[in-house]
Amino acid sequence: MTDASMGATPAAKGSLTTEDARTKKRNAAEKRFQMYGIAAIGAGLFFLLVLLVSILSSGLGAFQQTFIEVPVYLDPAKLDKNGNRDPAEMAKVSTFGYGPLIEQAIFAQVEANGIATPLDSSKDMKALISASAAAQVRDVVLANPDLVGETVSFRMLAASRVDGYLKGRVQREDVARDKNIDAEHLDLTDAFVDAGIVAKQFNIDFVIGADASESRPEQAGLGVSMLGSLFMMIVVLVLALPIGVAASIYLEEFAPQNRWTDLIEVNISNLAAVPSIVFGILGLAVFIQFAHLPQSAPLVGGLVLTLMTLPTIIISTRASLKAVPPSIRDAALGLGASRTQSVFHHVLPLAMPGILTGTIIGLAQALGETAPLLLIGMVGYIATNYPDGLASGFMDPNSAMPAQIYEWAKRADPAYYERAWGGIIILLLFLMTMNIIAIILRRRFERRW
Amino acid sequence: MNDMSLLERRVDTKDTKISARKVQVFYGDTHAIKDVDVDIQDKTVTAFIGPSGCGKSTFLRCLNRMNDTIDICRVTGDIMLDGEDIYDRRVDPVQLRAKVGMVFQKPNPFPKSIYDNVAYGPKIHGLAKNKAELDEIVEKALRRGAIWNEVKDRLHAPGTGLSGGQQQRLCIARAIATEPEVLLMDEPCSALDPIATAQVEELIDELRQSYSVVIVTHSMQQAARVSQKTAFFHLGNLVEYDDTSTIFTNPSDPRTESYITGRIG
Repeated sequence: MTDASMGATPAAKGSLTTEDARTKKRNAAEKRFQMYGIAAIGAGLFFLLVLLVSILSSGLGAFQQTFIEVPVYLDPAKLDKNGNRDPAEMAKVSTFGYGPLIEQAIFAQVEANGIATPLDSSKDMKALISASAAAQVRDVVLANPDLVGETVSFRMLAASRVDGYLKGRVQREDVARDKNIDAEHLDLTDAFVDAGIVAKQFNIDFVIGADASESRPEQAGLGVSMLGSLFMMIVVLVLALPIGVAASIYLEEFAPQNRWTDLIEVNISNLAAVPSIVFGILGLAVFIQFAHLPQSAPLVGGLVLTLMTLPTIIISTRASLKAVPPSIRDAALGLGASRTQSVFHHVLPLAMPGILTGTIIGLAQALGETAPLLLIGMVGYIATNYPDGLASGFMDPNSAMPAQIYEWAKRADPAYYERAWGGIIILLLFLMTMNIIAIILRRRFERRW
Repeated sequence: MNDMSLLERRVDTKDTKISARKVQVFYGDTHAIKDVDVDIQDKTVTAFIGPSGCGKSTFLRCLNRMNDTIDICRVTGDIMLDGEDIYDRRVDPVQLRAKVGMVFQKPNPFPKSIYDNVAYGPKIHGLAKNKAELDEIVEKALRRGAIWNEVKDRLHAPGTGLSGGQQQRLCIARAIATEPEVLLMDEPCSALDPIATAQVEELIDELRQSYSVVIVTHSMQQAARVSQKTAFFHLGNLVEYDDTSTIFTNPSDPRTESYITGRIG
């Protein structure tokens, strides 16, 4: 400032109550930016809503299934020819022996309810009932041989076409081209619904049951693959959490800053971005072809997902270790604590919420991962049922929830389409639960201090 | 304490607690401390003064090897504590820091209870055999930290809930709970208001009875009030080290005079 400028009076600025051109322009820019933001959020919410509505409308049907409930006469002449009720001998009667009994029981209902139908033999009833019904009745009879000779009421799965008809998936015009079911069967179904024999009910077996063959969509459930996912998550948690946290603590608190640690750091960040299918083929090469671990085993799936989750856990753990103020480390070191003591007594507890959140998000990511599982054979029709015991849970062939959903979506029968959506609902519920747990843990640990 | 008392204060010849010879500190390529020779006496408050970035905090952190935690920091020369080289290969910095405690610029209580803050040091050094002994150590430390009366009813409340001045006194109590022989203080009052500062200064004066205290400060008034010896650092050099009264009334180096009269810094 020179003396000359000191004397000049500043130019008049105009009234405060009217906006000048510059202010107007700035305010308009700000408003425009806010509108962009609101529009972006609106679009995001709209897509989310569309997603939720389509998932729920397509998938909720899978939780309900059509059942036929009829009394079945367990004919001793068919089921126990020698009449000695010996389970070993009765086991020789296969499900083919039980089928006709069930068909007769349903046909009996046609007459009992006075339904007029051109279907005039019990064999015509076969199209109404699931192929699983015979096995269901057989299992009950073999478990209780004394029931033979009595009439027992059974709640059996209806055939998937009947189920589809009640849910609106199977239309009358489709039936003409369908070899599995005729229009007369649909008329009969309507009559049975009126008589209260056929009804849609909540189907717990969709949540806890095993997968079924391609021709029995009505029987398929997510339960076994859910256990497969559970066993994989146990492997991931047990391996990835300690390895990831130990690696992060070493890198963050102990490792000297040199070219090697820089190199490791860069590589960890890169690994987090590697496509998951690469981990799949790595797992195939290392765990199955080299180490000869069994194919399709949750143990191998867990190992592959551990490799995939480790970078996520390491990165989030290092971030939360970094976020602990250095003054806490100084305080501990200044008191004569060793580095290890300062980390385990002070830094780690403070970083815990971040570590747990990172771990749970890593687990959730692993839970929803499909691609690597395709390469190690954890997809497809897994013929085994529930694993018996821990060893079998880890080593026996199994599937995982997302792989099972993929498998269902791939199958030809449209009834599986509904189940794929239903599976997605269950998977999303799991992911939501895990995220809520992450939030709760974070809150709880943060509140302690 | 006023300026008059400076002249009256007698400095007795006491044993040397820490003696530094030809200390050099490098941060990477930066030569932060150049050829510093200093003898710090027992049961004396020694103040390090100087403009920002002159290396006084760096030198202080050499005295308990807190610089070890900085990878690029390199220290040469000899620093002897009671005649033992603290940079000797065989010295475990953990044992050293139990002898040479430290209080930092910003109060940094652990996010734990007041009791746990003070008890932590004694616990890791095994100074207490049982809970009763630990209680006793904690109470004694808090009393000497001049904060006992304010916190005795809420020992299990979080230490981070205290006011800034209380937190700093808690940190001092925490440092003396481990029974150090030397207490290093890195601008302990810079985050405190004048009342809290006065309390901490009073405390420092009392601590002189049992410890050798080294304090880094930006405030020349504070150095004059609390210390018996003063060292003036400038651009990594130890310019002048003498009795506080001499430094403030009759400095021998023109740079010291410029600094204390406010012309540099």
